[in-house]
Amino acid sequence: MLVTELLQTTPDPAAETALTLPDYDPETQAALFRYLLRLGDSVLILGQRTSEWCGHAPVLEEEMALANFGLDLIGQARMLLTYAGALEGKGRDEDTLAFLRYEHEYRNVTMTELPNGDFARTMVRHFLFASWMVLLWARLQSSADPHLAAIAGKAVKEARYHQRHAGGWVVRLGDGTALSHDKTQAALDDLWPYTAEWFESDEDDARLAQAGIAPHPGEFAARWRETVTPTLAEAQLRMPPESPFRSHGRWGRHSEHMGHLLPEMQYLQRAYPGGKW
Amino acid sequence: MTQTPTDTPRRDEWPLWEVFVRAKNGLEHKHCGSVHAVDARMALELARDLYTRRQEGVSIWVVRSDQIVASDPDAKPELFDPSADKIYRHPTFYRLPAEVDHM
Repeated sequence: MLVTELLQTTPDPAAETALTLPDYDPETQAALFRYLLRLGDSVLILGQRTSEWCGHAPVLEEEMALANFGLDLIGQARMLLTYAGALEGKGRDEDTLAFLRYEHEYRNVTMTELPNGDFARTMVRHFLFASWMVLLWARLQSSADPHLAAIAGKAVKEARYHQRHAGGWVVRLGDGTALSHDKTQAALDDLWPYTAEWFESDEDDARLAQAGIAPHPGEFAARWRETVTPTLAEAQLRMPPESPFRSHGRWGRHSEHMGHLLPEMQYLQRAYPGGKW
Repeated sequence: MTQTPTDTPRRDEWPLWEVFVRAKNGLEHKHCGSVHAVDARMALELARDLYTRRQEGVSIWVVRSDQIVASDPDAKPELFDPSADKIYRHPTFYRLPAEVDHM
């Protein structure tokens, strides 16, 4: 059974036995586990951040759109973390992985944990991230790993809508009033340095690329830039210069904001261990 | 007439759009509600986010609410009451021959 066929309602404790697991050598299996955390944690943490807009969005309709974004991302996280737990084979289900790890064990890219800031910043971040994910999911659809390929098939459609909707806002705000332009440009300038991390790689990435399981992160750098450039130009935004700054969320070294996000996200599972809906 | 004319849009509130969703191919679009949005593209996206979250549709129409021409509620008696006693306009009024069973 594929992981996309599970998870209709609550976490499935039988996932570890229900899933048909590919037969990998131990090194590949461990590398894939870490890769699934990197991807799964990124969408989990951005989903958590996006959900913070509930009750605060500028208009009711946009609040629903943001809630939908968050739910899409958390749905992707559920599949990735369920598969990661099953692959690891130590009895950790999606909830255990999502809510009962410590800060340094999370592997999300740093941009996802940064505070939402204003609406412009939230939309710029979502547009940059979704534009990357569209490229990544599209390539993962042909992954040699059947579960990852199936997850990508579902997620790529969600990411395309996120890119389109958030991109629309980037243009409206960037090419809007002087004030909205300045806020959007400031958000882009602040967030841009955090994108460099997405295209960095290590031996896990090399191993998975070699096995045809996941594309090499570096292959997206130029294409991602080509993808976002027309929207930024239409939005009258100036592309920030390259900077030597590197964030390291994918290696478990987080910004100071992660330590504030986790207690809120983990509160229920820490206060009521094993609690279910 | 309480409608806001289209040529003087209010700056403090987005215009209202009526949303029509087609549940599946072959069925008609049905009115399901409204959204506030600044233009057609945003109206379509927000209608998608509000009204098709549970697989309600395969197609959406949006129409500016102030573009809809509505009948006058005060004209209800002369517009609609005359059809009340024309029961012969309903197919069930007619008795069918036995040969055309199950119409």
